[in-house]
Amino acid sequence: MTAPAIELKGISKSFGAVQANKDIALRVMPGTIHGIIGENGAGKSTLMSILYGFYTADSGEIFIRGEKTDVADSQTAIRSGIGMVFQHFKLVQNFTVLENIVLGAEEGALLKTSLGKARTLLRQLSDDYELHVDPDALIEDLGVGMQQRVEILKALYRRADILILDEPTGVLTPSEADHLFRILQGLKGEGKTVILITHKLREIMDVTDTVSVMRRGEMAATVKTSNTSPEKLAELMVGRAVLLRVDKAPADPGGTVLEVENLRVVDGAGVERLRGVSLHVRRGEILGIAGVAGNGQSELLEVLGGMREGRGKVMLNGVPLDLSGKKSDARTRRKRGIGHVPEDRQREGLIMDFHVWENVGFGYQDDPRYNRGLLMNNDALRDDARAKIDKFDVRPPDCWQTARNFSGGNQQKIVIARELERKPDLLLVGQPTRGVDIGAIEFIHEQIVALRDEGKAILLVSVELDEIMSLSDRIAVMFDGRIMGERLPAKTSERELGLLMAGITDTDMAHPVAEVEANLAKTAETRG
Amino acid sequence: MDKLPRWADIALIPAINLALALIVSGIVVTFIGQDPFEALAIMVNGAVGSTYGWGYTLYYATNFVFTGLAVAIAFHARLFNIGGEGQAQLGSLGVALVSLMIPWPHWTLALPAAIVGGAVFGAAWAAIPAYLQATRGSHIVITTIMFNFIASALLVYLLVETLKVPGSMAPETARFPEGARLPSARDVLAVIGVPFSRTPLNVSFLVALFACWALWLLLWRTRLGFEIRAFGRSEPAARYAGISPLRITMIAMLISGALAGLMAINAVMGEQERLIQDNVLGAGFVGIAVALMGRSHPVGVLIAAILFGALYQGGAELEFETAVPREMVVVIQALVILFTGALDGMVRRPLEGMFLRFRRKPKPGVAAE
Repeated sequence: MTAPAIELKGISKSFGAVQANKDIALRVMPGTIHGIIGENGAGKSTLMSILYGFYTADSGEIFIRGEKTDVADSQTAIRSGIGMVFQHFKLVQNFTVLENIVLGAEEGALLKTSLGKARTLLRQLSDDYELHVDPDALIEDLGVGMQQRVEILKALYRRADILILDEPTGVLTPSEADHLFRILQGLKGEGKTVILITHKLREIMDVTDTVSVMRRGEMAATVKTSNTSPEKLAELMVGRAVLLRVDKAPADPGGTVLEVENLRVVDGAGVERLRGVSLHVRRGEILGIAGVAGNGQSELLEVLGGMREGRGKVMLNGVPLDLSGKKSDARTRRKRGIGHVPEDRQREGLIMDFHVWENVGFGYQDDPRYNRGLLMNNDALRDDARAKIDKFDVRPPDCWQTARNFSGGNQQKIVIARELERKPDLLLVGQPTRGVDIGAIEFIHEQIVALRDEGKAILLVSVELDEIMSLSDRIAVMFDGRIMGERLPAKTSERELGLLMAGITDTDMAHPVAEVEANLAKTAETRG
Repeated sequence: MDKLPRWADIALIPAINLALALIVSGIVVTFIGQDPFEALAIMVNGAVGSTYGWGYTLYYATNFVFTGLAVAIAFHARLFNIGGEGQAQLGSLGVALVSLMIPWPHWTLALPAAIVGGAVFGAAWAAIPAYLQATRGSHIVITTIMFNFIASALLVYLLVETLKVPGSMAPETARFPEGARLPSARDVLAVIGVPFSRTPLNVSFLVALFACWALWLLLWRTRLGFEIRAFGRSEPAARYAGISPLRITMIAMLISGALAGLMAINAVMGEQERLIQDNVLGAGFVGIAVALMGRSHPVGVLIAAILFGALYQGGAELEFETAVPREMVVVIQALVILFTGALDGMVRRPLEGMFLRFRRKPKPGVAAE
């Protein structure tokens, strides 16, 4: 029997009081695709960082191809044939593909020989694994899918035969993800070992041979993928049965709350990010904006949320919003009844060094409830924070912790609690469940649907197509700063949306949304 | 999970840093052929061994509290104001004008007016770099340091051309009238029968203590402070919350400049009692070290200011009593700045590791990324 490509025995690692990995055992056989799945904070990344030499385990042993190895740093890991593709690419933007691949693995003082060698090898790798990339293209000119290929090529160039991919599909369109999986299958066919870290159950089911589930720092189970199901995996991850679909009644939309006409945004570099977006959201409905990251969705949320200026016409409850000047700031928007759960909660939605109670008032510091004359009423803030922690089940339930010390899901709960409890007329939600564990996803989705059912309008932006499909009452797809089309979730497919996300409009499945809309409007009229 | 307990962060680390700085200083002193322990004894005794020493130590500390607080509030808005020197010089101009132009009947009336004068002039000097930073993106480190030179040149010009006493050789104003001179600690303590040496320590020290308290209140108890701290920690988040970057940059720098300007009530009004050319003497720069060491917290700034005051005073004694040259004192101060500011991580990281290792056993069910 062949030795496992990687074998971990009794790996433990703690950070202070937090035990990130507890006595982990893992065997990955060569020539297989092995998935590692788990909620955020389950210890997946820590485990892989130990394997890649970023952290040293407190105890335990690592065997690579049967040989006990002391992975003291990532140089050792690379020499042992381990390659890692990070979630956030580590590429030099203004270097070419070839230069990036050679970077750090140059031989000799002159670049020419290394570059020549790399070019030959690159051609060979491209042919072997369908990894086609123009070696002389600048990284900044490449799309994310291409950049990811460069990362994979970088690892292969360093003769990696064990490839670790950390959440590789987060930034890809469905078709790019499919292509990536074909590449991974090809690598597997050549005898390479692939470890895929993800929180997406579907990917695990589609592409892996075996899967290990981590929960709270422990290895909950390792199973053959063919012997399991998404429901079973979800249960192993969370430790209880989880509802994977959003349970919601059909929408009962009322009058229009938000009306956007020909909205344009030009960024600091003079690039037009929104090129005439028009849409509307009604009371009691969720409009989902689908699209690959970076096609203008962020700018749409930012301009509506008052974080950036724009041109065009935006009406809220029939009254126009200022899109530039002093009255176009987030403070004014909040007063007008717009709540905003921003895409990046750590950079925007929270002050990471602030206590929870300070974050609960963040953005609403003008609220008379939180003030007492010239001074802030910190007691009121703390009482409010405690109530919200309680209602939204934030853990640990301690309003004196800084936001930094919470998991992604609990950080998001703090933001959601702050914005939803205001009962805004219009709620802007960006990536509500990015980096959030499954248990919390379920909860957050429920809260958003509950707000909808209270008759509020919700504009949802997400790069997770599953989320858009299951949460939205209508779906608008954005590509390159434009709305490519609108679909109803029941009458579309991931394939159709995927094509729209890639900018292809003439799908054979196109159907007139306007017609369906008209029907809905008619029923709404007869009802009320 | 915080890596270090609070007491270690605010007390233990600075103490270790200080000890390291003193050890290295001791080595240097040994190299120049002096006894380091004797030198330390002279410094400590000179700084805090008598009311005379305390008087000078706290006088210097008063200057450093003002300039330290100035740097600290700017730090909270993530602005690096290294123009405390120039703002203090302009503040001295404001204080001098207020003191000379109005015949004050009593210092209790002159002091509030001088506070306003110093603060307004200091703030105005900080306003220009702040505006350039907020609207044009001109880096505040560059502009504030350039404004130090402009302030210095401006003061020389005014002292030579307009403010000088006619017929006098020295580029300095006339002595402030009786009603615009601040009572010294000796005068004040004499009222309650406590003997104190004749030192420049004056009632400005109380103003400095008040400023510490007021800044704490501002930063942690008011909406403005909340917004300043939020802006300093994340500008995108501030934008998200509708906090105007222009407004916060301006306000934080105005307060910063005003605090630096207030230094003049101690140095100019309390000690020199006239406007002279070099009245700040580097206190603006020491303020940076004080704010760094004090972790931008008013209490930390106060403690660090007293420490630096003691170093100044103890250093002067050392120079006076031994063959240790004046430059040596500067070396010691520089080492303290180096260890507390620049090399902070050198002590912090191993200490964090140590604390983590000795922490209580992990709670079950708590997991990390």
